[in-house]
Amino acid sequence: MSAPTAGASPAAGGALLEIRGLKVVFDGFHAVDGVDLTVEQNEVRFLIGPNGAGKTTLVDAITGLVKPAAGSIRFEGGELVKRREHQIVRAGVGRTFQTPTVFEQLTVLENVDVAASFRLGLPQLLRRPRGATPAVTAALEAVGLDALGDAQAGTLSHGQRQWLEVAMVLCQGPRLLLLDEPVAGMTGEERLRTGELITRIAGEGTTVLVIEHDMDFVRRFATRVTVMHEGRILTEGTVSEVQQDETVREVYLGRPRDARGAGAAAEVAS
Amino acid sequence: MEVFLSQLFIGLSVASMLLLVALGLTFTFGQMNVINMAHGEFVMAGAYTTYVLQTSVFGTGAVTLAFGLSLPLAFLVGGVLGLILEFTLIRRLHGRPLDTLLVTWGVSLMLQQLARDIFGAPNVQVKAPSFLEGGITVAGVSMPYTRLFIIGLVVVALLAIWFYLSKLPAGRRMRAVVQNRDLAAASGVRTPHVDRLTFFIGSGLAGVAGVAVTLLGSIGPTLGTNYIIDAFLVVIVGGLGQLRGAIVAAIALGLANAYLEYWTDASLAKAAVFALIVVFLQFRPQGLVVTRRRGLA
Amino acid sequence: MATMAKLFPAGSGRGAFLVRFTLAAAALLLVAPALLNDFRLNLLARYLCLAIIAVGIGLAWGQGGMLVLGQGLFFGLGGYAMGMHMKLEEAAALPSGPQLPDFMTWSGVESLPWLWVPFRSAAFAIAACVLVPMIVAAVLGTLIFRQRVRGAYFAILSQAMAAAFVIVLIGQQGLTGGTNGLTNFRSFFGLQLSNPDDKRLLYLFVAVVFLAVFLIARQLVRSRYGKVLVACRDAEDRVRFLGYDPTRVKVLAYAGAAGMAGLAGALYVPVVGIMSPALLGIVPSIEMVIWVALGGRTVLAWAAAGAIIVGWARTDLSERFPSGWLYAQGALFIIVIAFAPKGLAGVSEELQRRVRSLLSRRRSETPAPERVKVAA
Ligand SMILES: Nc1ncnc2c1ncn2[C@@H]1O[C@H](COP(=O)(O)OP(=O)(O)OP(=O)(O)O)[C@@H](O)[C@H]1O
Ligand SMILES: [Mg+2]
Repeated sequence: MSAPTAGASPAAGGALLEIRGLKVVFDGFHAVDGVDLTVEQNEVRFLIGPNGAGKTTLVDAITGLVKPAAGSIRFEGGELVKRREHQIVRAGVGRTFQTPTVFEQLTVLENVDVAASFRLGLPQLLRRPRGATPAVTAALEAVGLDALGDAQAGTLSHGQRQWLEVAMVLCQGPRLLLLDEPVAGMTGEERLRTGELITRIAGEGTTVLVIEHDMDFVRRFATRVTVMHEGRILTEGTVSEVQQDETVREVYLGRPRDARGAGAAAEVAS
Repeated sequence: MEVFLSQLFIGLSVASMLLLVALGLTFTFGQMNVINMAHGEFVMAGAYTTYVLQTSVFGTGAVTLAFGLSLPLAFLVGGVLGLILEFTLIRRLHGRPLDTLLVTWGVSLMLQQLARDIFGAPNVQVKAPSFLEGGITVAGVSMPYTRLFIIGLVVVALLAIWFYLSKLPAGRRMRAVVQNRDLAAASGVRTPHVDRLTFFIGSGLAGVAGVAVTLLGSIGPTLGTNYIIDAFLVVIVGGLGQLRGAIVAAIALGLANAYLEYWTDASLAKAAVFALIVVFLQFRPQGLVVTRRRGLA
Repeated sequence: MATMAKLFPAGSGRGAFLVRFTLAAAALLLVAPALLNDFRLNLLARYLCLAIIAVGIGLAWGQGGMLVLGQGLFFGLGGYAMGMHMKLEEAAALPSGPQLPDFMTWSGVESLPWLWVPFRSAAFAIAACVLVPMIVAAVLGTLIFRQRVRGAYFAILSQAMAAAFVIVLIGQQGLTGGTNGLTNFRSFFGLQLSNPDDKRLLYLFVAVVFLAVFLIARQLVRSRYGKVLVACRDAEDRVRFLGYDPTRVKVLAYAGAAGMAGLAGALYVPVVGIMSPALLGIVPSIEMVIWVALGGRTVLAWAAAGAIIVGWARTDLSERFPSGWLYAQGALFIIVIAFAPKGLAGVSEELQRRVRSLLSRRRSETPAPERVKVAA
């Protein structure tokens, strides 16, 4: 599953991920406006904030989907800015998307197998897969899709697609895993399972950064929480520290029309 | 210097013809993401409209009258053909741009054969009206009136489009759909209507281009294929649905062709222009003028 | 009943494939030569050349989603490479004179152009037939895909390539034979093209090459790479975030399709005896796509079958109804793409499904009459 490389030491003394002065600008609009963020090895870091705070954009910038206007993103000491998307993945950063995207014409098994094969050379790629490899089976079991291996991914429900995406990224053994709202639309029980999975992944040496709105979920599974608002980091700390923070309450309560934000605010306040 | 100027004129006149064909495509491709391969056959239909008016309706005695009437009539012929195509096929293929391309190619094959059956396979000649005979020579460059007329026609067409898009409510709805279809639909614009109108206008412009083609030489059933690819290249280089981009791209391609043709020969010039386009796409893969969209598109 | 149902196996297991492939190979290598006269057999050889192109298009378009509208370029590169070598071989056998290909003498060329010189070597020519198209496709493909130019844009660009190629061919008369192209071939690596027995051998050779190309393409499609290619077709941007470079994935399929088209061109020259711009332009190139669309773009065997069927229909119908054929071809495009995008493969699948369900219903319906009786 998560590769043993997870234990590989980051550059001496440095954190796993170090973001400094990051700015992303869309047509003059500063979606990420000078973010500094440090994520240490083996953390389960939650990133919260109201809609439009720039959370997804931050993850997009880390994974190369958008090009920052300024700033640096260092992963295990190496600069990620200017690298292409697939190179960043190969460096050990995996991600899922807010709206899950899977390959609908392939089976569940094939989806995961494609993901797991990303380091193979061309001669191996040109061979036919003979059944599922242990890594693929393990990833499917971890998300509970092992019974659906032969189903077309296009027939899966929204929640199952989310699981499949997680399995695809898991089997790649990333050292940093970025999950964008992984439990959105899941039932309480499913959330619990996802949370336990995240904890387990972290225990096996993968650092996880989760974007989430559900404060209940955050309280249960976060080691540290970072709050974003209008493209900036508002505050950072343990769950209780963040919950006590006045500015955080203001940010959430200050946008009453924002349903999800308001819901989260109520929970923050509670 | 004289060579420079004469190639400049040739380039501009090639560009004007290209742009006339590409204008309609800019609309249909830009707004509806439809690659209409039968667009070239709408040009052909416009050309034959002129031919029919001149030979069968008015006779050779009233060439000027026939030519003058052929402009609006060819617009109508092209437009109606476009409407029929939109109504019968293109609408059913919504969201399948590559399939649309292939289906409209099939339509174009059938239209070519239809023209062959009606007008015969050999090319036919359309007489230019007498006021377009001859030309003027400025600074050693001889400029036939027919070429000048086509340049003028493009300018008029551009002005008309500009007026339509910026001054008329229908044009503003059209711009709204080009920029953001979903948003336009959500704010009450009836996008199917707008699409139909766009297709009518775009195809009508092809008909008008067909009238211009008759001034450049004899016409035949396959004349559309000569223009369609180059016109699509104009759209690609210009940027999807960008009028400004299409104008600049048409002029650039026309000039590049004219000068390269002078330095090498006609056949190598074509290959060189294609190479230039590929190089250009390395710097501006989305064309000259780009509109942004977000997300994993 | 049960055995009937087995005739239409639902899955496409390894065993079923082996049976089908053996049947097809036997039909091509044993039955066809026994049943067809020289003329018909040569026609079949021609269609098999086209089927090789179709397999390539099935790979690039059906699996990779790249609508290749300009395969005439690669078909022509392969064809001219082989044609040049054959012309030189014949010229070398001339008793006297400048030992130039006939058309060069006619157009006043006095010494062999440098571009032709390496084609004296048979090995070079054979390698060039496949490698030149592949290299051209790899370079153009890399430049285009790297910038994420795709979909209709790529389709138009590929079409423009074929158009530009044809214009160059026609313009460079002394080098390429211009509009007439290369004709008047007499021999192909020792086979006399006027000798019917030699032409039968040539057919067998083409059939073997076709079967080999098909197997290679099938292996590509069923390999892991094939799955990544399909993934690129359906969600190219997602593939990037799994650590693949879609440019490379797509270029490989595009170059593979180009190599197949080149090989087809090289075989077409001895089989048909001509290679000219009229076979390569925009119109012939897009026709290649309709073969695949008709057969079924996602199923290689059906793509190949489409080429053979359209080839046959064209020879047969276009002679009898020249104008009707062009309408029919246009209509074919429209009907297949708009209303049966899976092509004949889809139709056959549907038929098999119906037959199977019919068979199983009969079986389960057998006790039904009794129930009716009881109810009555
Ligand atoms: N490609 C883009 N072009 C223009 N604006 C963008 C683009 N991507 C994001 N934005 C804007 O940047 C801001 C931040 O968006 P982002 O998706 O990062 O928010 P978020 O924190 O993930 O919100 P949510 O909780 O709704 O997912 C939003 O105002 C959004 O509209
Ligand atoms: Mg988000």
